[in-house]
Amino acid sequence: MAWTRDQMAARAARELKDGFYVNLGIGIPTLVANHIPAGMDVTLQSENGMLGMGPFPFEGEADPDLINAGKQTITELSASSYFSSADSFAMIRGGHIALSILGGLQVGQNGDLANWMVPGKMVKGMGGAMDLVAGVGRVVVAMDHVEKTGAPKFLPACSLPLTGRGVVDLLITDLAVFDVNRGKSPVRLLELAPDVTLDEVRAKTSAAFEAG
Amino acid sequence: MASKIATNAAEALDGLLFDGMTIMSGGFGLCGIPENLIAALREHGVKDLTVISNNAGVDGFGLGVLLETGQIRKMIASYVGENKLFEQLYLSGRLELEFNPQGTLAERIRAGGAGVAAFYTRTGVGTPVAEGKEVRDFDGELYVMERGLTADLALVKAHTADAAGNLVYRKTARNFNPMMATAGRKTVAEVEVLVETGALDHDHIHTPGIYVDRLFKGVSFEKRIEQLTTRKRENA
Repeated sequence: MAWTRDQMAARAARELKDGFYVNLGIGIPTLVANHIPAGMDVTLQSENGMLGMGPFPFEGEADPDLINAGKQTITELSASSYFSSADSFAMIRGGHIALSILGGLQVGQNGDLANWMVPGKMVKGMGGAMDLVAGVGRVVVAMDHVEKTGAPKFLPACSLPLTGRGVVDLLITDLAVFDVNRGKSPVRLLELAPDVTLDEVRAKTSAAFEAG
Repeated sequence: MASKIATNAAEALDGLLFDGMTIMSGGFGLCGIPENLIAALREHGVKDLTVISNNAGVDGFGLGVLLETGQIRKMIASYVGENKLFEQLYLSGRLELEFNPQGTLAERIRAGGAGVAAFYTRTGVGTPVAEGKEVRDFDGELYVMERGLTADLALVKAHTADAAGNLVYRKTARNFNPMMATAGRKTVAEVEVLVETGALDHDHIHTPGIYVDRLFKGVSFEKRIEQLTTRKRENA
C-alpha cells in the first residue's frame, strides 16, 4: 500500500538529527514538524525571518506580526530569534542550514529538481526554493511518485524549467525512497512502501535506478 | 535638522511621487506591509509604477489595491500566488513581471543599499533565472551575477520609531523592511508607536535613522492575517 502524505512526512522526519537547523517547505514537508522524535532537538527555520518556529497559536492568540513562510500564524519558543530576509537567506545560501525538505513537480536521475513553473500555466514564482536548493547542505524532496495522469515524475531529466541543477540528495515518494546523491552516482532504491513491489515502481518510474 | 516627522502618510509622501518611478514596498505576504502608505499612493494616483516587493498583496488589500487601480506597470517579486487580479492583469499583458528568487531579491536590495553594484550567487544557476546573465566559476562552482537594486522611494513599516528615525521592527514583520530602508533614494517609514528620541535602547535599534527621511504614526492598522491557523487548548 502506498504511503499517505503523513506517512511520507514521517519517513522524511527520519532524516532529522539532533541539533539540526532545518527548513521545511509547504505541503507534505510542513507535516514533518509533527514527526520530530520526542527528545530530539531540531530548530525550524522560516525563511521570512525566524529561527525556532513554534506551533500554531491557541484560538484568539494569533499575532499578525508572527507568521511562517506559508503565511500561517505561528508562535515563538524560548530560543526563537527574528532577523531580516537578507540575514535569513545568508543563513540559507551560506550553508548554515543542515537540511531542507521540499515538494517537487519533477526530479531527474541527475539530481535536478523542478518545482516552481509549468509553462503555459500561471507562474506563481519560486519564492525561496532556488536559494534553499543552492545553499542547504542536504536536500530531501517529498512528492507523489506519478502525476494525476499516471505520468512518471522521477525522470532521466526534468522537462520542466529547473529550480536547481544536481541538488537532490534524497527522494521520498508515496511508493519508495531513492538515494539520488545529487546525480553524482547511479540512483539507488533504498526502500519500498509496504506491499509496493519493485515491478510496480519500475513501471511507474522512467529514471534509471539500481535496486537492492 | 528639520523634523522627519509627518502627521500622516500623504504629508510624508508630499513631493516625493512622480509617474514612472520605482518604489520598494516592505513586507512578506501581508505581514509588515506599509498599509497606510499604500493607501496614500492609491489616493494620490501616481502611476506607471515599478514596484519591488516580495509579494503583490491579495485582492483588495496591500499592493492588491494598486493593481485594482492600474497604477502598477511592473512588479519585481519572488511569489505572487495569492492574488487573482494579478493573474488576470499579467495574462492579458497589462502588467510586467520579473521573478527573482527570494534570497536573491533580498540580497539585491541589501547590495543596492550598501553601494555594491553586483554579486555572485549559486542560486538560480542552470535555471531560467540565469538566462542572459554572466555565469562564472569560483573554486570549481558556478555562480550567476546579480545586480544590486535601488529605488526612487522605499516604503517601510516598523513597529516603533523615535524622532531621529531610528526604527525597531517586531517579530516576522521585519522581513524585507530593513534592506529596503537602505536602498531607497528617499525612505519613508510608517510606525505603530512613536517615542521620544532617547527612549529606544540604542543597542537594539534595527534601522539607524540615517536611512529614514520621513516617518509618521499610522492612523490605523488593519494588519490583516492571510492564513489564520490555530490549535485548540487542551482541557485542563
